[in-house]
Amino acid sequence: MLRIRFFGSIREQLQTSSIDVEYAGEETVSDLMAKLIEKGERWLILEEQDVLVAVNMTLCGKDAVINSGDELAFFPPVTGG
Amino acid sequence: MITVQQEDFDHGREYEALRELANRDGAIVTFTGLVRDFNSQCSVSNVVIEHYSGMTEKYLMQICSDAKKRWNLGQVRIIHRIGTLEAFEQIVFVGVSSKHRQNAFEAAQFIMDILKTTAPFWKQETTAKGTQWVKRKDSDEAAAAKWSGA
Repeated sequence: MLRIRFFGSIREQLQTSSIDVEYAGEETVSDLMAKLIEKGERWLILEEQDVLVAVNMTLCGKDAVINSGDELAFFPPVTGG
Repeated sequence: MITVQQEDFDHGREYEALRELANRDGAIVTFTGLVRDFNSQCSVSNVVIEHYSGMTEKYLMQICSDAKKRWNLGQVRIIHRIGTLEAFEQIVFVGVSSKHRQNAFEAAQFIMDILKTTAPFWKQETTAKGTQWVKRKDSDEAAAAKWSGA
């Protein structure tokens, strides 16, 4: 099982702040994104160039390998301060 | 020390706390960020600040740690507010103490520049035209980039 969280404009567009997905293992962030995008048109936002990814609260690239039990997050560039 | 909170903070109290802990330091630099009542297109009445609880604290602590590695610092304090903030309210506080002013000035600027590009906060503005998410600014990216490799 994986928990995937969404923040900011991505959370708003997807109309959800988190989902849990079954996970077989040995996949990268890119693999997982491809599966999510199959869920429907609005999920295409995950392919936008400036979307950031964190695995277990650490920013990472889309080639990062995911392990079962990890927490993923997708979000737009940060704008605090 | 870092804090993420909804409540406002008292700048004077934070300064005094830094001063008390800044054992034999000769400089304290503080920065306070406020909600502007305008953006590049129109007026702004308030902002809503969202964050990623857990990751935000982790990155703020990392920024403090990185600042302490780069400069000889005494105290480092970061407060960032979340939730709905009206125009002119305080959003962020950075306080740094050091033996000498140059280190304190530079470290405070470094902390703000890196916070604005790495700490997972997102701002949504309320304007006369409705709500809109604040977009990343190239100037913020450039400000953070100048510290890489410096």
